Amino acid sequence: MAIELPENVVVSKLDELASWCRKNSLWPMPFATACCGIELMATGASRHDLARFGAEVFRFSPRQCDLMIVAGRVVMKMLPVLQRIWQQMHEPKWCISMGACASTGGVFDTYCVVQGIDRFIPVDMYVPGCPPRPEQLIQSIIDLQDKIQREGTITGDEFNTPQRQQRKRALLELPILGQTPYFSKT
Amino acid sequence: MPTRTEVLETLQDEFTGVTASEFRGQTRVVVKAADLFAVLESLKNDFAFDLLVDITCVDYLQYRDATDRFGLVYLLANTQTAERITVRVMLNEPELTVASAAPLWEGANWLEREVFDMFGIRFDGHPDLRRILLPEEFTAHPLRKDYPLQGRGERHNFSVITRGEA
Ligand code: SF4
Repeated sequence: MAIELPENVVVSKLDELASWCRKNSLWPMPFATACCGIELMATGASRHDLARFGAEVFRFSPRQCDLMIVAGRVVMKMLPVLQRIWQQMHEPKWCISMGACASTGGVFDTYCVVQGIDRFIPVDMYVPGCPPRPEQLIQSIIDLQDKIQREGTITGDEFNTPQRQQRKRALLELPILGQTPYFSKT
Repeated sequence: MPTRTEVLETLQDEFTGVTASEFRGQTRVVVKAADLFAVLESLKNDFAFDLLVDITCVDYLQYRDATDRFGLVYLLANTQTAERITVRVMLNEPELTVASAAPLWEGANWLEREVFDMFGIRFDGHPDLRRILLPEEFTAHPLRKDYPLQGRGERHNFSVITRGEA
């Protein structure tokens, strides 16, 4: 059964249309806590121009955002704030962990720096580098857009499935000499 | 600029056990903990050391040739003559309490809170001795040398938020 389509008409699925809309208007929440934040600002500024990828509207209110970019190290005093801001964002939402510190703690293997935010909040994209160049951050946003395009449906049911809730990384704590690791105590 | 000798002589006359030394134009006096407040008061009122530059502390645990555990350091300056002096008190556990300098210099308030936060030294007479940098529920004093660099699990002590809960 063939249907004659006039020119400039495209057939698609509504699901894909919804994802297409979502991915091309990401509103980032800049959670910039350290030096990576400077590169994040450079990414949003005119030279690198994040507007080309539809993600230039930085909003400082979590209720208006759907992409959290954690740029910089997060200390133990800041982590409850990070979690609260993440919870205040509406679904669908995504998280980019920008830089070595946000992803792993980086060189700051000390008592107060959280060793990777993915231990405590879900993360979709990791950007390596110290700091990552704006090109790298833009690449991660492009990759995230591909991911959004692949997974979305118009009802948004996929944001509440067991797969999405799985932890992305095993919560393994390296043993500290002479110390009982926290996770083995509980 | 090093401190004038009459300042040091007066201190040595008035208080027992005051030792003074000079290194590359910087004067240092070591005083006893009991005399600390009187020494600071005399430096401020009689010799016009009107600026409290910093209060900090050094932990000499396992330091070579060290005999005392903590060295509490007061850096003072005279803004008229540009003289500077370092006042040092050696402290040992369990007597880690000294008199607060907050009645002399308002700026001592937060500096002493920081020393308390990081080293656990208590300041008698401080108006509001709470932690200044670390969260209230933190129990350790992390700049002590016997505190492990990677902490005692404080950095992992949070609930995990998954996709479903958010
Ligand atoms: S990864 Fe490097 S640039 Fe980024 S916050 Fe850490 S130290 Fe700073």
